[in-house]
Amino acid sequence: MTDREQQRIRRAAFLGAISGIVVIYFGLIGMIQAFVGREVVTDYLTLATALMGSVVLLFAWHASRVRHPGPEDPEPRPATRLALGAVTGAVSGLVVGAFLLFAENVDVSDILSSINGRMLATMAYDFETVTAIGFHIGTGIILGALAAGLHLLPWAMRRAAVAALASVILISLMEPLLRISLVQLGLDDVADFLYQSGGSTLEAALLVFLLAGLASYLWARKGPAARARVGGLPRAQRRTISLLAVALIGVVLLALPQIVGTFLSEVLGTVGLYILLGLGLNIVVGYAGLLDLGYVAFYAVGAYTVAVLTSAALSTQLDLWSALPFVVAVGALAGLMIGAPVLRLRGDYLAIVTLGFGEIARILAISDWLKPILGGAQGILSIPAPTVAGITLRDPQTLYYLILAFCILAAVVAWSLSHSRVGRAWNAMREDESVAEATGINTTNYKLLAFGIGAVFGCLAGALFAVKIGSVFAQSFPLLVSITALALIILGGMGNIAGVIVGALVLVGLPELLREFSEFRLLIYGGVLVAMMLLRPEGLVPSADRKRELHDEEPPEEQYRQQVSEPTAAPVVT
Amino acid sequence: MTGKVMSRFRRPERISVVGIVLWALRIAVIVGVVTGAIATLTSTNLTGANWRDLVIFGVAQGSVYALIALGYTLVYGVLFMINFAHGEVFMAGAFTAFFAAQGLDEAGILNQQPLFAMAIILAVSMLTSMITAVLLERIAYRPLRNAPRLVPLITAIGASLVLQYSFRGFYGSSVRAYPSVDIFSGTITILGIPFLKSQLLVIVTAAVLMLALYYFVERTRTGRSMRAVSEDKEVAAMMGINVDRVIVTTFAIGGLLAGAAGILYALIFNQVFFLMGFVPGIKAFTAAVLGGIGSIPGAMLGGLTLGVLESVGPFLLLSGFGVPSPNQLKDVIAFSMLVLVLIFRPTGLLGKSSVERG
Repeated sequence: MTDREQQRIRRAAFLGAISGIVVIYFGLIGMIQAFVGREVVTDYLTLATALMGSVVLLFAWHASRVRHPGPEDPEPRPATRLALGAVTGAVSGLVVGAFLLFAENVDVSDILSSINGRMLATMAYDFETVTAIGFHIGTGIILGALAAGLHLLPWAMRRAAVAALASVILISLMEPLLRISLVQLGLDDVADFLYQSGGSTLEAALLVFLLAGLASYLWARKGPAARARVGGLPRAQRRTISLLAVALIGVVLLALPQIVGTFLSEVLGTVGLYILLGLGLNIVVGYAGLLDLGYVAFYAVGAYTVAVLTSAALSTQLDLWSALPFVVAVGALAGLMIGAPVLRLRGDYLAIVTLGFGEIARILAISDWLKPILGGAQGILSIPAPTVAGITLRDPQTLYYLILAFCILAAVVAWSLSHSRVGRAWNAMREDESVAEATGINTTNYKLLAFGIGAVFGCLAGALFAVKIGSVFAQSFPLLVSITALALIILGGMGNIAGVIVGALVLVGLPELLREFSEFRLLIYGGVLVAMMLLRPEGLVPSADRKRELHDEEPPEEQYRQQVSEPTAAPVVT
Repeated sequence: MTGKVMSRFRRPERISVVGIVLWALRIAVIVGVVTGAIATLTSTNLTGANWRDLVIFGVAQGSVYALIALGYTLVYGVLFMINFAHGEVFMAGAFTAFFAAQGLDEAGILNQQPLFAMAIILAVSMLTSMITAVLLERIAYRPLRNAPRLVPLITAIGASLVLQYSFRGFYGSSVRAYPSVDIFSGTITILGIPFLKSQLLVIVTAAVLMLALYYFVERTRTGRSMRAVSEDKEVAAMMGINVDRVIVTTFAIGGLLAGAAGILYALIFNQVFFLMGFVPGIKAFTAAVLGGIGSIPGAMLGGLTLGVLESVGPFLLLSGFGVPSPNQLKDVIAFSMLVLVLIFRPTGLLGKSSVERG
């Protein structure tokens, strides 16, 4: 064994130890216990097992990878690679086993609230401790070698394998949504084939695995050619294709609440509100580059404005539509009032000051001082439902359409802004403020504009929130709302409308569907923020500009990103 | 000559919206403070003893803020980043040490050997916080050392959430009350002024720790390398200083102080739970900025100032206006301080470095 191989084995063992610690961490925060009730493939795989397994897979994959192969650091031989993965898995299993042994003999359940018999049994796969240790090591070796084996496959097949696995888990987790939709569409047989007591059936899982793998493989081989062919079509035909796509999306969006039922329409409404918030915050953070952590203040201002103007408890009773102009005006004013004093500040100070504003807004709203106007801790109740053409929008299914309309409006406004003179000015300003100023852009005004428009979006979202819930409480506006909005635009990709939608669906929609996740929602948001900054700062759906900025020739300060995000960039298919 | 003459007759700058808003804000703040204070002092029924107690309480909580603020200021000094998760480092120590305190209480040691028991609790808290801070640096911040300023800040916000909810997962979401220690309850009279024993203990311990830190930074070799790194990382590295190790040391010291602050906080407020770090964290950051971020005496001064303002301010400024239950708004005072200091004097009271935007 050469020195290099010894060094690699040591690294694999180290990563294996970390993998074991991560598994134990998931156990200690209660995640494994929460996930065990959730079937992925009924009778074969629970979410808890999937979680523990995927940790080992990830670490073994990482341990058997050579990031920058070259003469100094050559690719290991296939056998060595498999050995590296196996070592990682074995050490991981050993560490978890050691924990099980410790937890069996030392009672720390008074301190660590997640430790109890059921959690330990889950982590031991219901075996006796000694058997469980052997089982952990054994499965660790197999999973580790499998993960390492991925490196041996050609790129397209590797991608297909990952996509297939991810599809199985995703399809299974979407059970609450898909099952209802299928039944509503009269496809009971399909639903029964796919799902059984909360998870996929084994046959369905295998089928999905094969289909998704095949689709991904074919797309990797033929996708670029297909895209080129569509690109080469005459303009009129391309137009037809995109119109058809838009029409299809439109029909789906309109039919959605009828298909998925009341509860999921409610979820969709919440997602819609966060899309609005995300679009607004995206103007401030993504376009203008100002990190606003107090965005919830605008949400609250919008909600309280509507509440005060329309609530039945007060004398000035307007309906939602006549209150909206006031909401827009108040929003713009609030944006300017908060924006003007903070614009001179450096980026990180601006973030903290806006956070301060957000907290001040919340504390004031809940205080006895403003109680006569804002209702204090009791909030404002009985906000009337809005009416459109004589129809009262009270249930989630009709409110969905209202929110959808505002989302589309906001997306159109955001899109046209970003492609206008203003958007280009923001772009220039974000890239380099001094240069932007030198080319004659009045940066102060453009920043104020971004703050004002962002605030109006936030206030509109707040207004919709108020009529959706029918009442307004200060407790509805914690810092968490700002953080969620920030997390979703960072997950999706800053400065990008599609990214906001994807981010909102993943971060707001999924936890509502999966009760198991909702307890760990904030933990996951935090993890998303950290992981995205470390691994993929351009987001899941990067805008074309950002991708170019981050992956081509770049200013020195951005070089770190290139280094960090290089491994995730799609390799060129030869 | 002509230059001077010209500059004297330079056209006044165009008045901008921003300028107007800033001036309006300045005037509003000054008018509010002055009228509020006068109205309170002429009308209120608070006695001199009330004010004195408020000030002592303010100094006690201010010294806790100061200890946490030192963590912000030290890290900012070497890395120029706001360690937003520092409040959670503070929580980690206090929350973990609760179990040590509970165990010692059940064993009866807490009341038989209170000083020995307190030392153990303090050690547990400081060590936990230190480990948390060092891990945080290693996992979340080190890979982003050369990233644009906002990237580590967003990471820190994420790390702060992860820590909060991890500790909720570890120890549960209930609010825990520290066991009380008999010899620390009640008052003691020094120079005719009655102090609550626990508050006096907090003030003395914080003072000792701050002196120790000052000695460490000014007199020891490691302290000198810390100062060198904060002056210029590259030059320090050329002089043979291991910059990575200095940064880790900085985080470790910040963590130790935050852990100590956690126990002192528990002595005053008696309760720990997983979200306890957020508000003290923001306030300590305010204190650090108020004193001038990057400056160690500044953090101490800022902490004490903020503590007293927050304790006295609501009554002094607001009750004169007839605001009901002004104590509800004490956090507004702290956050307003944060906003006003950052807007009008981002270099703080003792800050020297220019803080430009960018």
